[in-house]
Amino acid sequence: MVKEKTKEKFYFNIFRICMLFTIFILGFILLYVIINGYKVINFRFLTTMWNHQDITQGGIFPAIFGSILLGIGISIISIPIGICTAIYISEYAKENYFTNMVKISIRNLAGVPSVVYGLFGLAFFVFLLNLGTSLIAASLTLGCMTLPWIITSSEESIKSVPNSFREASIALGATKWQTIKKVVVPSSLGGMLTGSILGISRAVGETAPIIMVGATFYISYLPTSPTDKFMALPYHLFILATQHSSPDAKAYALGTALVLISLTFIMNLGIFIIRYKLRKKKEW
Amino acid sequence: MVKIIIKNLKFWYGKKQVLDDINLLIENKKITALIGPSGCGKSTLLRCMNRMNDLISSSKIEGNLIYNNKDIHKDYEDVSILRKQIGMVFQKPNPFPMSIFENVSYGLRAAGIKDKEILKKIVEESLKRADLWDEVKDRLDSSAFSLSGGQQQRLCITRALAINPDVILLDEPCSALDPIATAKIEKLLIKLKDEMTIIIVTHNMHQARRISDKTIYMLDGKVIEYSETKSLFVKPKNKLTKDYINGEFG
Repeated sequence: MVKEKTKEKFYFNIFRICMLFTIFILGFILLYVIINGYKVINFRFLTTMWNHQDITQGGIFPAIFGSILLGIGISIISIPIGICTAIYISEYAKENYFTNMVKISIRNLAGVPSVVYGLFGLAFFVFLLNLGTSLIAASLTLGCMTLPWIITSSEESIKSVPNSFREASIALGATKWQTIKKVVVPSSLGGMLTGSILGISRAVGETAPIIMVGATFYISYLPTSPTDKFMALPYHLFILATQHSSPDAKAYALGTALVLISLTFIMNLGIFIIRYKLRKKKEW
Repeated sequence: MVKIIIKNLKFWYGKKQVLDDINLLIENKKITALIGPSGCGKSTLLRCMNRMNDLISSSKIEGNLIYNNKDIHKDYEDVSILRKQIGMVFQKPNPFPMSIFENVSYGLRAAGIKDKEILKKIVEESLKRADLWDEVKDRLDSSAFSLSGGQQQRLCITRALAINPDVILLDEPCSALDPIATAKIEKLLIKLKDEMTIIIVTHNMHQARRISDKTIYMLDGKVIEYSETKSLFVKPKNKLTKDYINGEFG
């Protein structure tokens, strides 16, 4: 009995140490960025154009603007296609060899490194479709990268809808489409949107692919059309941290990082609110 | 009067034969109970009657089910029409994650009825038919999950009643409920049999005895005995039936 109790304590502590370790790393990163980055954050930094000669005289507004546009572009491309694909795979597709191959491929695609998507985007969207290095090419490239994430998480969310709901709906004379529209989608929407926004916030933080297909370090104007080049926070941060000669560059890089993290945080807050609103009604 | 005729019905899940040569005449406006040990095929037989088994891709069916002079499997191109006439209630209460009102009006809305007044009227009528109106009339807009298990199951019956079915199939509707909730449902079923044909699968022999007019005893995919409930329980003709109702197995 005593031995069992010691064992219990031992394993409990192992789990606790792992948890504390994770929190420590996350906390350290966050604190490092906040402490070193907050000094450069002010109204001008957030709202004015970039000044390449004297970085202390300009801001990162074009990079924020570019990243937001990119996020919107990715969302428009990947959320509808991703969710519809997931619905098809989990509700309509028959269980057979082909469907299983498609499912496995999608899961594998989710693990392909982003730089490979960048290369694909460069070859396909930039050159073959002749979109040039542009906002639209970057949105399409990152949209493709996000798709498997959105499909996988949406599939899981649809799978978690109890089958008894579908049966009840069918037994009341509803068609399959009515069942999907009125029961399956409303019950899984929270999970689908959570997965989608999570995927998009990860994609917005990507650097490697957008360097190849459209992001630029410095432009003196804001993008006005989808075929324009754009500035983006992660790439901006990368250049400041590694290439820029100004002595203030490091602080500005951390300030940019803080803005990027905040942007992700805002998106996650959005997820939280959506989940909360949808969960109120849906408990089973 | 006969409501459903089952002729030489055989059914397979994949390679496994679940129903073997079933022949039955289900009578109109009576409660017919289906009893038998787990895995005897009683739920499968029930699910053949509103074609819920269509959802299982590996299933195969032979023989005929005739309802209103129409073959259930061959003469209903639009199966949703059949399911509006033959409603179903499941083992576990399964209300939708919606309000009480939306639950009851679901079938009507699926049938394309949009008029709010008509929906309101039918929802109220249906809830009254199921003796649930007084319990929920003040909170039609709250979630169906706020109801107790027994109320949820009666809501599921109400939901089926709202589309005014001719036959109602119940698959062990009380197995997840306490005795008081069960008694309410039994009382409701006895009341409803004046208006419709009721077929109930039950694990509970006492329940079959209490509420049904006719009882079918099934074993290993076959109908062993089908007769008036009273005579089946008092004087079973078949030894297997006798063993089962005496609790020797099952």
